[in-house]
Amino acid sequence: MAKYLLQRIASAVLVLWIVVSLTFVLMHSIPGGPFSREKQVPPAVLKNLEERYHMNDPLSKQYIDYMKNVAQFNLGPTFRYEGRTVNDLIKDGLPKTATIGFLATIIALGGGLLLGSIAALWHNKTPDGVATFIATIGVSVPSFVMATFLQYYLGYKLGLFPPVGWNNGAFKNLVLPSIALGAYPIAQITRLMRTSMLDVLSQDYIRTARSKGLPGCVIIGRHAMRNALLPVVTYLGPFFAYILTGNFVVEYVFNIPGIGQFFVTSITNRDYSTIMGMTVLFCSLLVVFNLLVDIAYTFIDPRIKLTGQKGA
Amino acid sequence: MKLAQNLFEPTISQISAEHINRPSTTLLQDAWRRFKKNKLAMAGLITLVGLIIFSFIGPFLIKFNYMDNDLMNQYLEPSWIHPFGTDALGRDTMARLMYGGRVSLAIGFVSVLINLSIGVFYGGISGYFGGRIDNLMMRIIDIIYSVPELLYVILLMVVLGSEGGLINIMIVLGIVNWMGMARIVRGQILVLREQEYVLAARTLGASTTRLLLKHLIPNALGPIIITSALAIPLAIFMEAFLSFIGIGIQPPFASWGSLAAEGRMNIPSYPYSLFFPAAAIAITMLAFNFVGDGLRDAFDPKMRK
Repeated sequence: MAKYLLQRIASAVLVLWIVVSLTFVLMHSIPGGPFSREKQVPPAVLKNLEERYHMNDPLSKQYIDYMKNVAQFNLGPTFRYEGRTVNDLIKDGLPKTATIGFLATIIALGGGLLLGSIAALWHNKTPDGVATFIATIGVSVPSFVMATFLQYYLGYKLGLFPPVGWNNGAFKNLVLPSIALGAYPIAQITRLMRTSMLDVLSQDYIRTARSKGLPGCVIIGRHAMRNALLPVVTYLGPFFAYILTGNFVVEYVFNIPGIGQFFVTSITNRDYSTIMGMTVLFCSLLVVFNLLVDIAYTFIDPRIKLTGQKGA
Repeated sequence: MKLAQNLFEPTISQISAEHINRPSTTLLQDAWRRFKKNKLAMAGLITLVGLIIFSFIGPFLIKFNYMDNDLMNQYLEPSWIHPFGTDALGRDTMARLMYGGRVSLAIGFVSVLINLSIGVFYGGISGYFGGRIDNLMMRIIDIIYSVPELLYVILLMVVLGSEGGLINIMIVLGIVNWMGMARIVRGQILVLREQEYVLAARTLGASTTRLLLKHLIPNALGPIIITSALAIPLAIFMEAFLSFIGIGIQPPFASWGSLAAEGRMNIPSYPYSLFFPAAAIAITMLAFNFVGDGLRDAFDPKMRK
């Protein structure tokens, strides 16, 4: 296990390095720089600014300097937000984003597993239809439309929840954003769960359990669930990636000062250090999540061994 | 014991019994036969045809143009003259939806065609050669996968500039989404190349290109078609997202995504402007998903009766 972990961490560092370098190249090929605004900056000021941010160094030197800093977890100063570093932005924004992401995960996993199991248990009957319908709605509407409808009807018209704002993380402010973020994955998980549950329920050992007279909930909870979970666990990698990037829309619509906003604004602002910082942050989180998912496999299905696996 | 005389008659010649009565069906004919029986999938297909007619033939049947302003008639409620109402500049929403449908569907189809070509080529080579090459090519895909793709979509869009409009969006969405297709094709080829008929073809001296194009890829066609059908709505979604953050299709041109993004701003005063584009996207998504699921069942050999 330790050897496996070391291998994974080594490959993760390699992946990160490649991704960061690629982003560096792409980023510098965007026309315009962080200081090109609609109102021209005087040449002398521009020169000082570039001096201060080491932008007049050759690209190769900038690249090496940046890599050295990243290795020490220093993501550098931002170009757009006076006197703040990228580390500051992350420190302020990430907890908010993570809170909503966490709630959305609970909604999506809880709802998806429940709906999927219900659909499979009552296969081709009314509950199946209802669950499938809910699941299909979630995948058929873009998240910004979903967020806007929730905000307008539940938040503004009915006044059930505050339509915008973070409000120091008060729970009622978090409800709508979390639902908006969870709607898409809930649908995916329901569909996966339904298919795999149907598959498992047709197995012989389930029939044995049934013929012994076990109640439905025990059959599902004790016997079927763990085997049916595997395809869902596979989906969790892409799922976390979605939660990370999908947050932008939700944070924008509900006006939450999380980290997702920088994901887009940094690029349109040509805020080089923030673009790089976001890339590093998102990639590292993704790598960590994927590793956790692979480890979770072995707990759910002891038959799976990580060490023998090639390039898992 | 009494035995009937006719039991001892010689059987009729075997030749007619061995004659194959049913004409042989190709993979596609077989799949289509099963697809037709699936009501939901057929409903999806008919809806799609309807949407294509609406978007591509519709504009010739109505008297409004998608970009003609009519400032006297802003924000009209749906009526007989304007079935879906008008927008902030008095443009007919139906005309804009038809035009937007053209753009959205075109983005969906073309970008998937691009990622299909790259994916099949890459996956085909990786699966066919196997071993070291396969390992290297798959590691590259793993790396690309571990990047949040939206980051690259946005970066590439900004590099290419949204002034190029449609073509740039198609290219960007086409080149960021091919990894899934490549993995699926590679998996298929890896299994198929071990089959006897491939060995037979190779023994007969077939070249690599011929093997790939004539034997391997046609047999992997099922999963390729399914993946494509499910990738089209994702591309339309992605375009909607780009419009939402303001680097998608620019007005006066329109896509369903950009219409929805525009409508979002007006929702407190005029909810229709979000409702109709959102409905158009939702219907398209449902139709493609039904068709995709139907195709999956149709190509699945386990479903064969």
